[in-house]
Amino acid sequence: MDLDELVRRFQKKDIIAFEKLYEMYWENICGVVHTIVRNKNLAEEIAQDVFAKIWNNSNSYNPSKGRFFTWILNIARNAAIDEIRSKSYKNQKKNLSTDYFVGILERGDDLDAKVDTEGLKKLLNKLTEKCIQMISLLYFKGYTQKEAAEELAIPLGTVKTRNRSCISQLRENITLKWT
Amino acid sequence: MDIEAYIASGILELYVAGMLTDEENIDVYRYAKEYPEIQREIEAIEASILALTRTAAPQITRKKGFNDLKVRIGQRKDTTVVQLPREKTNWSAYIGWAAAILLGAGLFWFYTESDQLKSEIEIVREENEVLEQQIFEARNSLASSERLLDAIRDKNINVIPLGGQEVSPDSYAKVYWNKDEQKVYIDALGLPDPPDGMVYQVWSLKLSPLTPTSIGLLSDFATDAEKIFALANPNESEAFGITLEPDGGSALPTMEQLYTLGTVSSS
Repeated sequence: MDLDELVRRFQKKDIIAFEKLYEMYWENICGVVHTIVRNKNLAEEIAQDVFAKIWNNSNSYNPSKGRFFTWILNIARNAAIDEIRSKSYKNQKKNLSTDYFVGILERGDDLDAKVDTEGLKKLLNKLTEKCIQMISLLYFKGYTQKEAAEELAIPLGTVKTRNRSCISQLRENITLKWT
Repeated sequence: MDIEAYIASGILELYVAGMLTDEENIDVYRYAKEYPEIQREIEAIEASILALTRTAAPQITRKKGFNDLKVRIGQRKDTTVVQLPREKTNWSAYIGWAAAILLGAGLFWFYTESDQLKSEIEIVREENEVLEQQIFEARNSLASSERLLDAIRDKNINVIPLGGQEVSPDSYAKVYWNKDEQKVYIDALGLPDPPDGMVYQVWSLKLSPLTPTSIGLLSDFATDAEKIFALANPNESEAFGITLEPDGGSALPTMEQLYTLGTVSSS
């Protein structure tokens, strides 16, 4: 069964199809959330909530407006960012770097959870700091092109192509990693 | 359309990031349907982001998993609540069994206890009846003793002691004789129990010439506790004697078996 079919069934409230999608994407969603909230248990909790939200709002997904993963990635990002903006979280962690993703890599971060730091390093091998920041902002933090351009102090018109070259390097690393 | 230039523009990376406008998204969607290269490129870009996000996931040893999610979306009863207190339910089951056993044992104990109490009450009631009977008998006995005492204290009573004779020198008896009422009371406490098949017979005697007249038998001698026997005596007696005779008595006294004898003192 291909992805499109799975998603169609999921949108018809097929719990089996939903479970398959859950198995496919749970780690990705948890990874995105964890990169932002930096707490293993909280990340898992939010990831579960994200999937519950996905199920409850399955009708609002429209395949013509984007990939299924893009849709759930957006929901996960928003949920994680909402969490760290909440008062309770502010009390917990005050010094959030603007670049969560880089933080993990640099500090081998998270006091309470083991992340595959070695795997991350391999994936991000040869990527410039600007590339890592770019990917972090666009995919993990949900920055728009304009916001990313301002954050990185680069012309708006270059975001698209720069990002493409960064992703290309990432794809190359994946190929290397798996061969 | 220049597919390669389209791909190289970087629009597909932003498509996967979700950073395009709705119109742009619809365009990409249509191109992807139309051109398999574009579709493949999108999937490859997505795969790289999937790899990156997956690698960023924390390692969780015991995940909440899909069952927890099912509970959250109301597709399943909360199984975690059922599973976690499993040990507790065991405990409560143990306590339940223990309580049931205790209750059973308690009931059994009460049952046997009440049974025992019932039989004890029965015994006490029987004892009570026996005691009532004894009191009744004692009252009767007291009344007859009083009557007897009144009788022998009567001023008209003549007391004749009877001494032991050859056959039984230790024996003795007393005769209380009320001449006016022609009655004698024989106190035979000093006589041994007669052998089986024998009975004591009381004789009124005239001395010259010696003429014995039977005035009665001391029947049921062994079972009579007081050993006092009332007999009628219309004779002008000069002496009284008691002999041992075969059951039913004899017409004439067997002098060899004369146990006691006493003469009436002439006043």
